[in-house]
Amino acid sequence: MTPKVAGENSDHRVVLYTLSTCGWCKRTKQFLNDYNVEYEYLDLDTATSQERIEAIQFLQEKNVPIGFPVIVVDGETIISGYKPDKIKEALGF
Amino acid sequence: MTSLDKVKQRAEFDAKAHGYYLNPDPEFLLNLLEGLRKNEERYGYPSCPCRMATGEFEVDRDIICPCDYRDPDVEEHGTCYCCLFVDSGTYASKETSPIPERRPMEKQLRAYGIAGEGQPELKQEPSSMLMNIGTGRKILYCKQCGYVVFREEPPYVCPICRAKREMFAEVKARLFFSTGS
Ligand code: SF4
Repeated sequence: MTPKVAGENSDHRVVLYTLSTCGWCKRTKQFLNDYNVEYEYLDLDTATSQERIEAIQFLQEKNVPIGFPVIVVDGETIISGYKPDKIKEALGF
Repeated sequence: MTSLDKVKQRAEFDAKAHGYYLNPDPEFLLNLLEGLRKNEERYGYPSCPCRMATGEFEVDRDIICPCDYRDPDVEEHGTCYCCLFVDSGTYASKETSPIPERRPMEKQLRAYGIAGEGQPELKQEPSSMLMNIGTGRKILYCKQCGYVVFREEPPYVCPICRAKREMFAEVKARLFFSTGS
């Protein structure tokens, strides 16, 4: 289950892979909240094992190192780690 | 239940003992300590807040805080992977940023139930020395202080005398185990 956080900036589909406990993940969520961006997120530590495996397979397919957070914009642009400039660029800010 | 205060005290004590500092950003620090508290509550040990744990002690052993990767990471990047422990330079600059993952890929994959290539299966009966034979573990000792460990790889740094990994050598001895009667 990917909870959705509502926001006024909903032009892009933003999906985050996160852990509920990690510092950079919290930072990233906060960053998106501050910019009022709509996003979905999956905390892998509290996800089902099926969801977890699917997420990891997706990252492996895309050749993305496993680490948190991973930000996927429109299913194409993938940013691994908290990189505010890259997130802004991907969202057109 | 472990309190947040206790987790904080432990981290502070550990930082001091190694000459490290805790993350200078109070909010970031609090999030990490809360993550450690949560992990200790759900897994029974404070596994790294920024890494996926399995709840199986043997699989998560290297990422129990302070993890095996902390010392080399602080040395190379001025911070541990989570940015909980930092060196004096990072602390003074008040700037932390994410660093690359040092934990080997096969160990990461195991955390997701995806077996790493050529890795021994680690599932085993707990606390049985006999069961450990054949899982690739060795008896290793620190040539500087004599500290002995029984694991696949030597630690990056000797936890007792801080000698580097290269100071560890394998104890080549034939072991006899008695199963008792
Ligand atoms: S990366 Fe830092 S917080 Fe995470 S387990 Fe290692 S020492 Fe602890």
